[in-house]
Amino acid sequence: MAGKTLYDKLWDQHVVKTREDGTALIYIDRQLLHEVTSPQAFEGLRIAGRQPWRLDANLATPDHNVPTTPVERESGIDGIQDPVSRIQVKTLDDNCDHFGITEFKMADKRQGIVHVVGPEQGATLPGMTVVCGDSHTATHGAFAALAHGIGTSEVEHVLATQCLIQRKMKNLLIKVDGELGKGITGKDVVLHVIGVIGTAGGNGCAMEFGGSAIRTMSMEGRMTMCNMAIEAGARVGMVAFDEITAEYVKGRPYAPKADQWEMAMEAWSDLKSDDDAVFDKVVEIRAEDIKPQVTWGTSPEMVTTIDGTVPTLEEAADDVERSGFKRAYEYMGLTAGQKITDIKLDRVFIGSCTNSRIEDLRAAAEVAKGRKVSGSVKQALVVPGSGLVKAQAEEEGLDKIFVEAGFEWREPGCSMCLAMNADKLGNGEHCASTSNRNFEGRQGYGGRTHLVSPAMAAAAAIAGHFVDVREL
Amino acid sequence: MKAFTVHQGVVAPMDRANIDTDMIIPKQFLKSIKRSGFGPNLFDELRYLDEGQPDADNSGRPLNPDFVLNQPRYSGASVLLARENFGCGSSREHAPWALEDFGFRAIIAPSYADIFYNNSFKNGLLPIVLDEETVDRLFKETEASEGYQLTVDLENKKVVTPSGEEIAFEVDDFRRHCLLNGLDDIGLTLQDADEIKAYEEKRRASSPWLFS
Repeated sequence: MAGKTLYDKLWDQHVVKTREDGTALIYIDRQLLHEVTSPQAFEGLRIAGRQPWRLDANLATPDHNVPTTPVERESGIDGIQDPVSRIQVKTLDDNCDHFGITEFKMADKRQGIVHVVGPEQGATLPGMTVVCGDSHTATHGAFAALAHGIGTSEVEHVLATQCLIQRKMKNLLIKVDGELGKGITGKDVVLHVIGVIGTAGGNGCAMEFGGSAIRTMSMEGRMTMCNMAIEAGARVGMVAFDEITAEYVKGRPYAPKADQWEMAMEAWSDLKSDDDAVFDKVVEIRAEDIKPQVTWGTSPEMVTTIDGTVPTLEEAADDVERSGFKRAYEYMGLTAGQKITDIKLDRVFIGSCTNSRIEDLRAAAEVAKGRKVSGSVKQALVVPGSGLVKAQAEEEGLDKIFVEAGFEWREPGCSMCLAMNADKLGNGEHCASTSNRNFEGRQGYGGRTHLVSPAMAAAAAIAGHFVDVREL
Repeated sequence: MKAFTVHQGVVAPMDRANIDTDMIIPKQFLKSIKRSGFGPNLFDELRYLDEGQPDADNSGRPLNPDFVLNQPRYSGASVLLARENFGCGSSREHAPWALEDFGFRAIIAPSYADIFYNNSFKNGLLPIVLDEETVDRLFKETEASEGYQLTVDLENKKVVTPSGEEIAFEVDDFRRHCLLNGLDDIGLTLQDADEIKAYEEKRRASSPWLFS
C-alpha cells in the first residue's frame, strides 16, 4: 500500500465519522475569530439557544476594522472614527464576553492579525485542525496543521459542534528544489507558483509545499507561502514538520510544556508525507529560476518578474484570458509591453497577514536603512502584524529606521490590505503592497495594487518606481 | 434556510472569469453585523458609477448602463451565468448573502472557488457546475434571445432549456438533501453528539496539550 501524504495523515487523525455519501465529520482543534465574519454566527447561536461546544478551542482578536494610527488607538473602541466599524469591533467584544471566549481586545498588546497572533501565541500547533472565517487561514498550514478558511455558517457550525462537514480534497505537491537566489523570499516563490498554475490551479486541492528550498526556509517564509495557497485556489497550504517548526513553537504561551512537550514532539515527528506517498498532482519548480515578482494586473496570476513587461494580448492563452487582460490594462492604467520598472508608485504598504512578521519588517528595514522615501510617493506605511511584533521591532530599532527614512510606523491590524479601516488608496493610485490580493477595488475604490515582497516594497518606496532589490 | 426544489428564472450572463468576492460585495459592506440587506450593493463597483457606502440610500446613485444587471432585458434575473473560478478570493459569506438577497437562486459556471461553493449551499443558493462548452453555448443562447429563461430542477439534477433540452449536473447527496428540505446542518450534526464526545475523549488522552 502506498504511503500517506501529510494531508492524508491530518485528515485521518480528525475524522469523527464518515457518511455514506463520502462526506465526513471532521473535528476542529482550534477556531480563530475576528470581528467581520463572526457576528452573524454568534447571533445564530443566540437565536437557536445554543452554547459553544468547547470554549478553550476558540481564540478571538479584532483586526480588519481596527484603526492603525496611534491617536485613534489611544482612546480604545470609542476612538474608532467610523461608526459602522466601531459597532463591529464592539460586537466582537460583547460576544466574547457573553459566551466566555478568550479575546485579545484592541488595547491588549497581544492583539493583531489573527494569522499572525495564532502562531505567535502557540495557539496554532502542528497536527491541529485550524479554522477561521477568513480565507487566509491557510497560513497556519506552515506548522504541518490542516488549516483553512470557512464561511460564517461554518463558523457557527464549529462553535456549536466543534466539527465541520467536509469532503476530502485532492493532494497537490509543489516541489521547490534548489537554492533560492539572494533577495528571493517566500513571497516571490508563491507568486511564481501562482503564475505557473493560475488562480484556479489549486481548486479542490490541499497544497503541500516541499522540496529542498522549503526545508531551509524560515517559518515566516513558510507562512507567507501557505497564506497565499488560496490565491492559487487551494483552501489548504501545508509544510511538513521539522526542526525549524519545533524551534519556532517551543516556549510560546499556548505551546505544550515539560512532559507534554516531549509527548507532542513524538506525535509531531510523523507529520510529513511518506517517501512513497502518492499525490494527485506534482508541480516541480527550480528555485534558481525564481526572480523578484511583481503583479501587473487584477488577479494574482497576472504576475511577472521585475525585469519583465506587462504581457501583450498575443501572450494570453485564450479568449477569456484575452478579455481579462484588456480589462486589467484599463483598470490598472497600463499598456501591453510596458516595463515593470517604469511603473510609478503613489503609495507603499508593508503589512498584512502575508508579510507583517518580524522577519518581513527586518527585510524591509534593511533596504530602508540610511535611505529616504521618494518625494513622489505620497505615503509609505509599515503596519506590524501584532502588538508583539511591533514591540520586538521597536526593541531592534526598526521603527526608527523606517521613520527616519520617511515611512509611517503604525499600530497592528489588517490595514490597507483590504481597506476596511481608514487606510486606503485613492482612485487610480498605484501601490506597491506586500499583501495578497490585487483585485479591483481591494485596497480602495479604483486603487491599483501591485503585489511584491517586503524588500521589493521598501525598494520601490525609495525609488518611487519598481526596482530590482538584488541590484541595490 | 430557504428550500430549493425547482426554480425557473431569467438568466443574466456575466461574461468574465475569476469573478472574485471583492467584486461580488466590496469590503465596506462587510461591516454590517446582519445577514441580510446586501442585495442593493451586489457587484457595487461594477453596477454604479460612484463609490458605495454602507447604510446609505442607493436609490439616487448613478447606474453603469453597460453593466449586465442594469440592462432592462435582464431585469428580475434569478439565474446567473458566469465563467470559470467564480467566487474566488475571500471566505466572506456576504457574497452568497448578497447574491441571494438580490434575488439569485442559482449560478451556472464551469468552476467555483471552494469556499464560495460551500457557502452558497448554506444559503439556499445553488451553484451548478457545467462543462465549459455547455456554459459557452448557454452564453450564446442567453444573448441571442431576450427573456431567456432556464429551469433548474434540483430533485432530478438537471437544467432545462426553453427548447426542452435537459442538461444533467452533479451535486453531493448530503448537500442536495439539505437544500431540497431547507435543513440547518448544525441540527443534523448534533444528532451525532455522542460520537463527537467519544472522539474528543480519545483526542484528549492522546494530545492533552490541546485541551487547557
